[in-house]
Amino acid sequence: MTDRAYRSAPAGALRIEALGELTAIFDRRSMQTHLVVSPMPEILGAMGEEACNPAVLAARLAASFDFDSEGDARPILAERLAELAAMGLVERA
Amino acid sequence: MRHSTRIAVGPVQFRIGSDWAEPVAALERLYAGYPRDETRPADATVRLFAARPWRRWLRPSVHIGGDFVVPDALPLPLSMGLLAAEMGMNLQVALGWRRHMLLHASAVAKDGRALIMSGESGSGKSTLAALLGEDGWRLMGDEFTLIDPAAGDAFAFPRAVSLKNEAIAEVAARVDAARLGPLLAGTPKGDIRHLIPRADAIAAMHEPARPALLLFPRFGGEIAVEPMGEGEAFVRLTEASTNYVALGEAGFAALTRLVRETPAFCITYPDSAAGIALVGQLWAEMVR
Repeated sequence: MTDRAYRSAPAGALRIEALGELTAIFDRRSMQTHLVVSPMPEILGAMGEEACNPAVLAARLAASFDFDSEGDARPILAERLAELAAMGLVERA
Repeated sequence: MRHSTRIAVGPVQFRIGSDWAEPVAALERLYAGYPRDETRPADATVRLFAARPWRRWLRPSVHIGGDFVVPDALPLPLSMGLLAAEMGMNLQVALGWRRHMLLHASAVAKDGRALIMSGESGSGKSTLAALLGEDGWRLMGDEFTLIDPAAGDAFAFPRAVSLKNEAIAEVAARVDAARLGPLLAGTPKGDIRHLIPRADAIAAMHEPARPALLLFPRFGGEIAVEPMGEGEAFVRLTEASTNYVALGEAGFAALTRLVRETPAFCITYPDSAAGIALVGQLWAEMVR
């Protein structure tokens, strides 16, 4: 479960606008607006084009943000990815 | 329909038909000073009709219809035909308009810049707009503000202001009685009396104004001013927009731009005089 890989939305599918502490995401496919807070925008930004699992994501995020990629990050990222998938913003690879 | 009239409020051309003469006559009096173009096709149609043919005479009761119908809308007695017409007009705009993003908000303008006030019924947004409209501001509307999705400008919808309960006496004390409609007592929304906007506000109703300040008023309580972040303003305005979802990405773009470019505050005020003073102070500080 914590190793499940996800793929980001196709290029151009999401319009992401930071609005202070919130980030508004318009999904052009569903026409839905999603409002998310950190770390969701950071996760989406770190996904890249290839499918990636929480371990890969933790390593990428650790390079940009100040946390330990080997610690609690992986299960937390797995949960956040599952939530993003439930919103339709990423999909299971 | 036996009786009908055409009314242009801001960019919306209404055609209103009625089984009875009274509501149409009342509307024609309220909207006598508005520009008329009998040849322009209607954007929205409102029909006030009797439930059964004989009901036109016997205990007359007005049903509201039009391009869009809310199935459980209650019929109103004929004495409230004007209110039924107003509700019908609001409904057709709220549900049908697509050319602008529609905000359930009042607005006034000064020097081509708009102050937009959004709030629930009872927040005082309508009374504040009406009073500011008598105090050197151009009244853009007490109920709806239209935002051009492409340019971001605010457009007016200056229908006759719907004064409710205590606001009636407050405004009546300041304006010529000829600018007030009949008192509609004991409606489902309490007492209502309409105020005809000033002639200069009607004459300027097609002029855009750049949004400059967003306020979320709350009537009752100690004076308080709280800055509102872009995210919260965005959430509140999606809730205040009747056509945000229908506009798709154009609505998303218009709203993100509006909250980014316009400072927003939640204000609490104990009475209208304090509210007006607070608005003046914030305008002087924020809009240069």
